[in-house]
Amino acid sequence: MKTEDLIAALAVDCAPAPSRTVSRTLGLGLALGAVLSVAVMVLWLGVRADLMSAMSSGPFWMKFAYALSVAALGFGLIERLARPDGEGGIFGPMLLAPLAVMTALAIYQLWGVPEEVRMSLMLGATYKICALNIVMLSTPIFLGLFWALRALAPTRLTLAGAAAGVLAGAAGTFIYAFHCNESAAPFVVIWYTLGIAAVGTIGALLGRSLLRW
Amino acid sequence: MVRSLAGDGAAYATLLRRLNGHLRAYYLRRLGTSQAADAEDLLQETLIAMHARRSTYDTSRPFTAWVHSIARYKLIDHFRRNRRRAEEPLDDMEQLFSISNSNAVDARIDVDRLLQRLPQKTRRLVQDVKIRGLSTAEAAQKNSISESAVKVGVHRAIKSLGSEIQDEES
Repeated sequence: MKTEDLIAALAVDCAPAPSRTVSRTLGLGLALGAVLSVAVMVLWLGVRADLMSAMSSGPFWMKFAYALSVAALGFGLIERLARPDGEGGIFGPMLLAPLAVMTALAIYQLWGVPEEVRMSLMLGATYKICALNIVMLSTPIFLGLFWALRALAPTRLTLAGAAAGVLAGAAGTFIYAFHCNESAAPFVVIWYTLGIAAVGTIGALLGRSLLRW
Repeated sequence: MVRSLAGDGAAYATLLRRLNGHLRAYYLRRLGTSQAADAEDLLQETLIAMHARRSTYDTSRPFTAWVHSIARYKLIDHFRRNRRRAEEPLDDMEQLFSISNSNAVDARIDVDRLLQRLPQKTRRLVQDVKIRGLSTAEAAQKNSISESAVKVGVHRAIKSLGSEIQDEES
């Protein structure tokens, strides 16, 4: 095909492009994945029995605040990296802020208890499955975001994959928090972060091959 | 590009043609003229990719940066596919838009414009001898004048064009 013909053909197919496509497409991928993830959480893991009473406690909201702030930053990051000329900018380093706050809170809690109790604050009762469950609940969201990214135009594939992983991990954590009845900050900062980081790493590893266009 | 996104096909065609020149020069420069066919493939692939993903352009950001990122991505992808190492400097954005092989076209347009200023008969002589490359004898025969008349006509025409160009530049 001659390039001149190609240009003519492309120019004819020039329907008005919808605005805000990037955030819409990503939002759609995120939402579809989240619906599936919530279904898995409710049907398989089950919402924690004491949800109503827990809602009046601080630690309950602390977990959501942590997951939400990471997710919001992750979305800002991926929204930029989904564009060809996108740089992560301030959002990448900003991810350290919620982590720093949580770590400070965890250290403060560990400081205030006798030494024998510290280990249980860090391990809780569910440390063996926490990160694994987060990875599992993140998977549908992860797939949704990768699907969205493939329709967009990331040029830094590893970074974009990592951002998708962090966002999926944080969203999965948010959903998992409805099930998980751990409430200690040290537990949250260790195992929740581990889950999010694991999904982020998977995203970085898969980005280069799955996000090519 | 903003008008193209709003669905203005004519503006879009103009834009694509301009990009075409810039991109071809960009890829030819990177791949070398020995791989002109690859460069042409890459060029087409890039145009299609830009078309399919044109909604990822954020109108508040420089359009050239968006184009350059896609062009560069496609180039690196090409190297990767061909198992060659791609070491692309990040700061070569000006180059994409500073060189263009549309110069030849521009030069042609300039020549045509200058020729318009000559009287019609003289213009035909110059075109025959200097652009189409006919010999003096052929031109003389074609325009049914003597060979020396062709020589003199062409010589005067070139001289007057020369002084016009100098006037324009000064």
